[in-house]
Amino acid sequence: MEAHEEKPIIYTMENKPIVTCAGDQGLFTSLYNSLALQLPKEPMEWRRSYGRAPKMIHLEANFVQFKEELLPKDGNKALLTFPFLHIFWTDCCDTEVYKASVKEDMLRWQNTLRAHASVDWLIVVVESDAKKKNKTNILPRTSIVDKIRNDFCNKQSDRCVVLSDPLKESSRSQESWSSFLTKLRTLLLMSFTKNLGRFEDDMRTLREKRTEPGWSFCDYFMVQEELAFVFEMLQQFEDALVQYDELDALFTQYVLNFGAGDGANWLGSFCSPVRSWNGLLLRRPIDMEKRELIQRGEASLLDLRSYLFSRQCTLLIFLQRPWEVTLRALELLHNCVQELRLLEVSVVQGALDCWVFLSCLEVLHRIEGCCDRSQLEANCSHTVGLWTYATEKLKSLGYLCGLVVETGPTSEDLNRTVDLLAGLGTERPETANSLQSPYKKLKEALSSVEAFEKHYLELSHAAMEMYRAIGRMRSARLVGKSLAEFYMMKGDPERAEEFLEESLRLYVAEGWSLQVTHTRKQMAECQKLLRQTEDYLQTSALLASDVNLTTEERTHFCQEILSFASQPPGPSDQIVALSMAAFAQLRQLQFSPPGAVVHVGAALQLELRVRSLMPVAVHVGQLAATLHFSLEQGGARGRAGSAQRRVDGQGDGVVLFPHGSPLSGVGAGASLPPALELYEVQDRSPSDSSLNSTGVVCKNVHLLLRRHDSAASLDTPTAGALPAAIAVDDGAQMLRAHDVTLQPGDNSILFTAPTGEPGSYTLRQLCGCVGRVQFVQSHIYPVVQYEVYSQEPKLTIEPLSDNLLAGIPQKVKFTIATGHYSIKKGDALQLSNTDSMPILHSRHCSATILSSTAEHLGDSALSIQSSEKVTSISLPPTPPYHTLEFQLEVLCHIPAVPLKLDSERLTNGEVRHRHKSRSYADSDMICIDQKVSIDCPWSIYSTLISLTFYVPFKAKHSLLSAGRRKYIQMCLQNVSDTNFYLADLVLIERQPVTSVELLSLNAKTQQLVFSQQTVFCLWEMRWAKDLPPCLQCAFSASFAPISTSDPRSAFKTYCYEFQLDRVSTIYSVKAEISPASGDKHCRTGTLCGLEVSITRQAESSENEGEEEESTDLEGLKTTKLMYEVMDNSSNWAVCGKSSGVVSMPVAASATHRVQMEVMPLFAGHLPFPNIKVFKYLPHSAVQAIQPDTDSCLENDNLSLLDKGLDDQGDTASIRSRGSVHSVGSGEQQREPQRGLPMPRLEPFSPGQVFNWTQGRQVLVLPATDDHVMEVNIT
Amino acid sequence: MAVCIAVIAKENYPLYIRSVPTQNELKFHYTVHTSLDVVEEKISAVGKAMADQRELYLGLLYPTEDYKVYGYVTNSKVKFVIVVDSSNASLRDNEIRSMFRKLHNSFTDVMCNPFYNPGDTIRSKAFDGMVSTMMVQTS
Repeated sequence: MEAHEEKPIIYTMENKPIVTCAGDQGLFTSLYNSLALQLPKEPMEWRRSYGRAPKMIHLEANFVQFKEELLPKDGNKALLTFPFLHIFWTDCCDTEVYKASVKEDMLRWQNTLRAHASVDWLIVVVESDAKKKNKTNILPRTSIVDKIRNDFCNKQSDRCVVLSDPLKESSRSQESWSSFLTKLRTLLLMSFTKNLGRFEDDMRTLREKRTEPGWSFCDYFMVQEELAFVFEMLQQFEDALVQYDELDALFTQYVLNFGAGDGANWLGSFCSPVRSWNGLLLRRPIDMEKRELIQRGEASLLDLRSYLFSRQCTLLIFLQRPWEVTLRALELLHNCVQELRLLEVSVVQGALDCWVFLSCLEVLHRIEGCCDRSQLEANCSHTVGLWTYATEKLKSLGYLCGLVVETGPTSEDLNRTVDLLAGLGTERPETANSLQSPYKKLKEALSSVEAFEKHYLELSHAAMEMYRAIGRMRSARLVGKSLAEFYMMKGDPERAEEFLEESLRLYVAEGWSLQVTHTRKQMAECQKLLRQTEDYLQTSALLASDVNLTTEERTHFCQEILSFASQPPGPSDQIVALSMAAFAQLRQLQFSPPGAVVHVGAALQLELRVRSLMPVAVHVGQLAATLHFSLEQGGARGRAGSAQRRVDGQGDGVVLFPHGSPLSGVGAGASLPPALELYEVQDRSPSDSSLNSTGVVCKNVHLLLRRHDSAASLDTPTAGALPAAIAVDDGAQMLRAHDVTLQPGDNSILFTAPTGEPGSYTLRQLCGCVGRVQFVQSHIYPVVQYEVYSQEPKLTIEPLSDNLLAGIPQKVKFTIATGHYSIKKGDALQLSNTDSMPILHSRHCSATILSSTAEHLGDSALSIQSSEKVTSISLPPTPPYHTLEFQLEVLCHIPAVPLKLDSERLTNGEVRHRHKSRSYADSDMICIDQKVSIDCPWSIYSTLISLTFYVPFKAKHSLLSAGRRKYIQMCLQNVSDTNFYLADLVLIERQPVTSVELLSLNAKTQQLVFSQQTVFCLWEMRWAKDLPPCLQCAFSASFAPISTSDPRSAFKTYCYEFQLDRVSTIYSVKAEISPASGDKHCRTGTLCGLEVSITRQAESSENEGEEEESTDLEGLKTTKLMYEVMDNSSNWAVCGKSSGVVSMPVAASATHRVQMEVMPLFAGHLPFPNIKVFKYLPHSAVQAIQPDTDSCLENDNLSLLDKGLDDQGDTASIRSRGSVHSVGSGEQQREPQRGLPMPRLEPFSPGQVFNWTQGRQVLVLPATDDHVMEVNIT
Repeated sequence: MAVCIAVIAKENYPLYIRSVPTQNELKFHYTVHTSLDVVEEKISAVGKAMADQRELYLGLLYPTEDYKVYGYVTNSKVKFVIVVDSSNASLRDNEIRSMFRKLHNSFTDVMCNPFYNPGDTIRSKAFDGMVSTMMVQTS
């Protein structure tokens, strides 16, 4: 039997619900062990009120002997000591005994219970066979139980249970045990539910009274904590935690309300000044000291919070949630600080720091105590906050107690330390033996400067390590920076530097300007102490240009640089090179002249606009830009380069440098890649400047592809010695400006660029010297360059208009680019004269001199002398790299003969001119290339210049016949864009031996011919005897441009020569259409007769004889002709045979008639169908005659026709539209030699056949209408 | 009401940062900058699981003795940070959320401005005005 007679000692884990035992104590003691063992074995479901989720719980109990004192008195709300169940044990089996004593005991027991209104009881009757055997007068065992039930369990028969043979190992005993245990558990739970429910109701009632005066939070706290204890006792830690959280929230709300002006009276006790700050105590499950303080209403705010948290912590650790402890701890610590501030509790300065420091470490110790190392490392993110907080607090304590300054604490500091230590009280017994307790640490840290440093560094490094481990680099850097501050305070800049540098790098990389400024200031201080002159000056420069600082600060840093710069350099001192970026910014650079391409020796000025970032005016001894000179030039390359520059939009000669203040530039530059800068590049072939390749080039690849971590290296002043690139480059070529004073803001500096040698000059480095200090910009971007070229003198001749016209005077422009040659007095151009292109020089001719920038400098007269062979133009004196322009008139004679292709002639030995006739692609103009040879004064060689002239006219001739009469028609087309007067149209026969007379039928007057117009003119041929087989004619016309003032004198002649062959008429063809018999007129749809008669006009001449294949047939000379009637306009249908071959005797007036039938298809005056006559050449003549495509074609047709005749007899109808088939009559015309090479057809020359039917018409009436058209109108 | 409101670019440089009182500006800059650690941690923690339905609001980033720092990340990884005075306990989570929503809306307006160059510091008056309404009024 367990004795719990005294007040129960509350130790969480040992608390169990109390069950009292009455009756036979001996019996219970024998059963106690198995009971205590079996009870928690099986869980029971606990259904709970207020909709809380049911839970399975393992019940345990504390069995105590029943005593009346255990029963709670009225108003006692204690739950922990509350007996939840009362059990009466008996093993009585004898009625007598029962009646004698047991019943009485039970009655007394029951009465006592009833007096205390306790209804949770149970009677256990234990039966054992052994006992029964001993007794003789044994009643059936049921009877006793029945009796008891009868006596006590009025309606509650389940309140009495039987336990049979509990100490035996039998199935019966097992069964009875289990039913007993179930009963016991059920009853216990019922009791819990009932009693806890009642308790909770009471508690709620109490809480509702909180607005009433006199309500005390501490009292309520005790009540609700009681509930928490019970839950904890029942292992319901979650529920227990809820109770504490509710208390926490309630208290917090009160504090907030107090802050809002709604103060509760009871809060007054918590507002008492804080006297003890010994931190949290988490090593005990329940801090009884604090609990008692609360119970007595004497707890301070820190006491209450500490106690509350220690309980929460305990429960959370039971719940295996240590990380929540750390989270809540941080929250609690912050909260407490806030609450104390809110409640205006007076706290000794530093006391809270102590409390927080101790608490942080205590929590960390507690967590370390319940987790293993790997777990701790994995959860750094949860603990690191506490570490940092502790570090911060220790640091502020250190500052407070004078432990940080180099001189050590003053007496005042020491007093303060003593006060703080006093508030810690004595160390708690739990930690007294541990060497590393928070209490000891704090005490030690506050005891001496060295100990403080040791502890502070330890904490800082621990925090930093943890931050680093979990990747919180920014936090780590912040701790590092605070460490740096500490080192600075301690006068240890060496160690501070590293941390500052790390932080600064981070801030610069991420572009946080305020941090950068702040850290940089600390850095400057550090560097100054370390005597790192160069770095310090660089940092100073950056700070002097930092807009985040006040003007005074900036001026201070600027003065630092200036005063250093003005010191006379020591013998070993070198010049200090600093980055220009901090000092000044390039804004723009303007070239004058804007093209940035000048000739050797020309003046080129560069205006550099610089924005000084210094707060005061700075006198710069020398501002110099080194130039990189490269020879890559040459005419074509140089030009391409400048063209490319123009593409960049720098045509105005202005190079803009990227904007942005240095700081924002750094931030953006490090985080954002710079924009791509693309340029178009064209590579032209040097010979004819045709495009070889074109492409796009990214000019800032070096920026884009640069490694990222080194991006800010230039801007961090801590990078030790500046990169090698900053080393001042002493190039031979330099732009220099001396004694420049840079005012804050924009400044304009003028440089004169050296242009001594041809080549390209690139600005590489900019360097400003201020005393011993040099500000160097290692590269200038975008690339700035200019080109200096040297040019050979050059002469070009260009037409003034688009095309030069031959035959009329044309102006050409002479342009002389002098290049490096200067034209002296007496220098002259020598033009070799040619017959085909004389140079017309007027009296006043003047030349214009232009400067290299196309500036008009003046005019001067030219004197031109012509000798027989040479025209000499004496040039006015012109300086180098100028342009001389003048105009001359030239005339190109039109060659009289339409020249054969590529005929060349050489006039005199040296001048070769070539006329090339070719068809001008667009205008169909004939052009003449005229070469001019010129001797220039600057060269021993002659310059050949080609000019192309276009012939303005195009002439065509044609032969027209009327019977035997012949006419020649000329067609003259003006193919130029100029309008002309035309006069004196003459056609002559060039062979005067022939007796042909040409009679003009044209107007004699002058006429106008506009551009693209055509003039026709006609001559009749008259002859006395025979016509010659061939006529040589020459046509000439005078023309003058309309614009000329004096057309008479300006008239030039255009000549055209041609030859006419086979002029005379050999055959005449007549045709007659006769209407069908009986009709007066032809009618549509009726067949009409067509009679074709071919008459030979002339005897065979020698000429014709050659061409005409004549055969002798029975002594008669005949030729074969083929005729063909066809109607292309579909007016006629030729019925029957439409073509045939006839043999014509070679004799004058020999006539052949052919009859045919045609049918008009339309009514009206219809033109006659076409009648064509061809020479019909038998196959034997094939060799004699040049094959001709046209005739071959005809040949094929004919052979087809012949075959058709063979098969069908007639295919002529194929050609006609009419469907009438008639049997042809020309079968005798069939070719005698079949299967041999085909005969051929050859057309006559235009004048040889005269067709009388040309232009004749015949009237055709419509067919009589015997069709009735019905028209219905509805 | 907030004591500091900051908009931080995807690349972690400040696009906009404003705080009251101004004399403590530097401290706020440090606080906001350090809070990015937690923002990144939170983004990467959530990012793996469900980047799509990720809540933009990150909640309390970390408390300090004097301030509470809240975070919010837009889908384009622009971060908003609001720092609230710890003593101002009346601010509920919902109010912080609505502040972030307002901030986000206003930020969207800024981004929609065709004259605004993404990545530049925000100089919009409308945005500034809206931020002012959310800041502690210093009288």
